[in-house]
Amino acid sequence: MPAKVAGTAASSSAPLTVPAPRPPAIAGTLYRGREGMWSWVLHRITGVAIYFFLLVHILDTALVRVSPEAYNAVIGAYKTPIMGLGELALVGAILFHALNGLRIILVDFWETGTRHQRTLFWVVLGVWAVLMIAFTPRHLIAVFGG
Amino acid sequence: MTTIDAPRTPVATTRRGVNLEKWGWMYMRVSGVLLVALIFGHLFVNLVAGEGVKQIDFAFVAGKLSDPFWQVYDTLLLWLALIHGANGMRTLVNDYVAKPGVRRALHFALAASTAVLLILGTLVIYTFDPCPVGADPELVASFCGDL
Repeated sequence: MPAKVAGTAASSSAPLTVPAPRPPAIAGTLYRGREGMWSWVLHRITGVAIYFFLLVHILDTALVRVSPEAYNAVIGAYKTPIMGLGELALVGAILFHALNGLRIILVDFWETGTRHQRTLFWVVLGVWAVLMIAFTPRHLIAVFGG
Repeated sequence: MTTIDAPRTPVATTRRGVNLEKWGWMYMRVSGVLLVALIFGHLFVNLVAGEGVKQIDFAFVAGKLSDPFWQVYDTLLLWLALIHGANGMRTLVNDYVAKPGVRRALHFALAASTAVLLILGTLVIYTFDPCPVGADPELVASFCGDL
């Protein structure tokens, strides 16, 4: 339905009519539910996980100031199979948070970064996959290879 | 007759002084770039090079922390990462915690734990003795025997 254009109305007291909302063809540009939202969600989840690991990691490293026995006892827990898999998840979280952080900086400071944010998300996932393919066998051999 | 500003007129800036939120935003980006480099190096040296995670023990850490390069490296990691993480957690508290009392308590907990861990970590790095007196010779770095 065509909307009345302001200024063409005969009287200023004519009821204001506004165009209907644009059709759902623009749904593909919405932020919610797409790459932009999922990168944001993953950035938060990985950030919280890394933060709590960091608190523990500062405390376990501080044990070098207590005694060699105390430090070795606690760091020994990091070499068990279950913790080895946990370290894999931790490195995966760190790599995603690092790469997506660089993506956020590009969106913020690169003049056309916002226009490429969706492509950049897939670049992040691609680089993340390459780094994880390189790291995973190396770490699993260290943990399970004796 | 009242006049109103044209649309998109910038909000009048009446606030004075330093915009801390802006500098916090800036800190996340600057420290983020530095942390990408520092943590990638940290992960490579500790988990990829040599024997990976199995090589990490007291003697390994002593070898690193007796070198001024790794002392400075680990100090930068500690300060940049913990403040970056605590400020990120502050953002989440601001987003998800609506009750003022709970917000205050969580902001205080974040600030207090950050201060304590920064002081503890820095003291550990700079008062660390790689060859403690009376330590089991099997557990300390090989260079301790030469002292």
